Amino acid sequence: MSQALPEKPKKRSGMTEESFLSRLMRIILLIVFDAGAVWFIQNALSKGFDQLAIVIGVIAVMFNLIFLLPQAYPLRWMAFGLGFLILFTIYPIIFTVYVAFTNYGDGHLLTKEQAIPLIEKQVYLPEGGRSYSWTAYRNEAGEYALWLISPEGETFLAKPGEEILPAKPGDPGIGEADSKGIPLSIEGYQRLNTLLAAADKNLPNIKFGLEGDQVIQIRNPSEAAELQSRFKYDEATDTVVDQSNGEIYYNVDGTFTSRTGKTISPGFRTVVGLKNFRDFLTSPALRGPLVQIVTWNFIFPTVSVVSTFALGLAIAIMFNDPDFPFKKLIRSLLIIPYTIPGLISIIIWRGLLNSEFGIVNKILNDLIGTAPRWTTEPFWAQVAILLVNLWLGYPYMMLVSSGALQSIPSDIYEAAMIDGATPWQRFRRITLPLLLIAVGPLLIASYVFNFNNFNLIYLFIAGGPPIPNAATQAGYTDILISYVYKLAFESGGRGVQYGLASAISIVVFFIVGAITLFQYRFTNMWEEASENV
Amino acid sequence: MSNLTRTFGALRSSQKFQKRFSIAMRLVIAVFLIAFSIFPVLWIVSASFDPSQSLATQESIIPRNASLQNYLRLFDKDPNYKFGDLVFQKWILNSVKVSGISTLLSLTITTMAAYAFSRMRFKGRVTMLKGILLIQVFPNLLALVAIYVIIFQFGEIIPALGLNTHAGLIMVYLGGSMGMNIWLMKGFLDTIPRDIDESGMVDGASHFQIFWHLILPLLRPILVVIGILSFIGTYGDFVLARILLNDVNQYTLMVGLQIFTAGQFDQKWGVFAAGALIGALPIMLIYLALQDQIVGGLTQGAVKG
Repeated sequence: MSQALPEKPKKRSGMTEESFLSRLMRIILLIVFDAGAVWFIQNALSKGFDQLAIVIGVIAVMFNLIFLLPQAYPLRWMAFGLGFLILFTIYPIIFTVYVAFTNYGDGHLLTKEQAIPLIEKQVYLPEGGRSYSWTAYRNEAGEYALWLISPEGETFLAKPGEEILPAKPGDPGIGEADSKGIPLSIEGYQRLNTLLAAADKNLPNIKFGLEGDQVIQIRNPSEAAELQSRFKYDEATDTVVDQSNGEIYYNVDGTFTSRTGKTISPGFRTVVGLKNFRDFLTSPALRGPLVQIVTWNFIFPTVSVVSTFALGLAIAIMFNDPDFPFKKLIRSLLIIPYTIPGLISIIIWRGLLNSEFGIVNKILNDLIGTAPRWTTEPFWAQVAILLVNLWLGYPYMMLVSSGALQSIPSDIYEAAMIDGATPWQRFRRITLPLLLIAVGPLLIASYVFNFNNFNLIYLFIAGGPPIPNAATQAGYTDILISYVYKLAFESGGRGVQYGLASAISIVVFFIVGAITLFQYRFTNMWEEASENV
Repeated sequence: MSNLTRTFGALRSSQKFQKRFSIAMRLVIAVFLIAFSIFPVLWIVSASFDPSQSLATQESIIPRNASLQNYLRLFDKDPNYKFGDLVFQKWILNSVKVSGISTLLSLTITTMAAYAFSRMRFKGRVTMLKGILLIQVFPNLLALVAIYVIIFQFGEIIPALGLNTHAGLIMVYLGGSMGMNIWLMKGFLDTIPRDIDESGMVDGASHFQIFWHLILPLLRPILVVIGILSFIGTYGDFVLARILLNDVNQYTLMVGLQIFTAGQFDQKWGVFAAGALIGALPIMLIYLALQDQIVGGLTQGAVKG
């Protein structure tokens, strides 16, 4: 005992004596890691992945601190876990929060730096702009050249990025003319016949000539014209000017918009403040389906938890008897729903509850002559989801309840029997309160799980049946998280809206986070088994 | 006196009768409950042997002309049936590979982190423990956009970790290894007496030696439980895999089955049933064989995902 005493302070700091060899190994591995990280960050920056470079940089700095500072020794045990946590959990969360305050979505997918060149690429034919008839040539490398003939009969040779120069058949490098005065070949290039040139998808996008000097673009199979950039971006005022008529477009929430309301596409990503949250709460187009979705989002987990717990508990009590016959077999058969991967079970139920061919409806039709249309009627679709979730969820409740039941000391029951308590009183006054203390946190966890039970809602009938006339895709069994998924990934022709979807995710996070914190307060989760260190 | 004995006897026998009656009643209820529980499974078994293979034509629980045709179709051995470009056996291998590797790696991360949380005291420890739990509550569905972008960009730099690779998918799964399981593992570690550590320390063993030689062998039961739960969780995931994998040959089983059933589902019922059974059976057997251990792990707070 007295020998162990001096060891104490060292153990508290968590560090034990480290041999020279292991220190050397640690430094060498850290240098290798750093070299890899620097290489990765350089690559990421060169490809324009700035955010990824920053995240990897943060992780690399964290690794160095953890493995160099002695007081960070305990974190060495979880360095890799923390790295993955930052990369795939924390960074995506920050990203989501950021996106919630932007207009990211269809029409606003690009950054401003990407969008402005696209806008400035748009061209128009100014008054007095010259047009030509054209013939295209292509070389082995896939580069093009144009032979241009003006209405006055002047001929030019144009290549992308080179000045357009007058040229004549028979000039050096230019082959002999055919009957129309067009050279049969140009040195290094192959002449394309009219059909081939018209079908070529690259040609209309190529700008021939020197940019800023004279640019010629193909407008249609018979005409190439001297086109000018239509829009010019002015960085100082953050506006775009239409060169054809002088109209000014102002930057309004990521779209250049004129005074008269005309807009230029594409728009770009920009921070729009609380707009998504305001839309979520106030937009009349969203309000109808949202009220329905939020209401159902609370009904669904509530009914699910109550029904699965009630059935699970009932089963647990019924077979709690230690010498009940076939106890083990019964339990094994009853937990089968729990043992099948959820996706498979849900798809199976989709087949069983199929309104036309499903076996459930065949049986119901035979027995009572009628059957609900599970997938098309809103009410029955909700009932079906709750039924399926009862089937999926009761075994878990049964398992945790029977575990908790066994921990209730039997002498309490004996005392109650002596006092003449009826079975119902015993259940109501002893079993239920004691059980709820033990499984209460699990019920809340199950509520939270079902609050975001995307798999069930989405795989069963994808949130259907659809709510008619909804501004966005929404169905009667949609919960917020499946609605978010549809907004973000399944536009259904209405355009994806990452911004709005992220904003709703954050609202969901606050609801679920509040429930979770409440759970921690009300249980002794934070207390630890052995604090006597 | 004899009167009294007789009354006692009658009481006893009536109690015995009552008990028997109650057990009989409960057995009847059990039969109904079991019917509810296994009825979908029975139908799937029946459908998998029913060669007519459409949802509409499945009439009774005992299939007419029972055959193995659906299983042959599943493995593309039926010359008259084309299972699309789908490759069922590959999906199974992919699933086992991805779940197996990510389970092993995440188990390593979880166990070592939990050991530090249980045995060492450091600044920010409690905050980190709470943070780990709270972060998992964030609805990570939307994070999919970011995760997709990260993996895409990784692939541009290191192609082996990019989209449509299993390594990339496994990496993403590892992001979740600092989660609820750390609490589960730490709870178990907290019950292992510290005298064990101290005896090692007196002998001059390093933390890692203590962890490796003394603690790890004691963790076997909980490692099995967490390992199985995490394997099953990964095996059953479809959202992440669906978004990150886009080549039929790379699909995991869940992605493959989901995509297979996407259109004209009622016409693919039989083949789906065979596939579902093959996909579900190993997991069912693991659960049933190890139910006692798994139940122990569950009651400590894991919710099946």
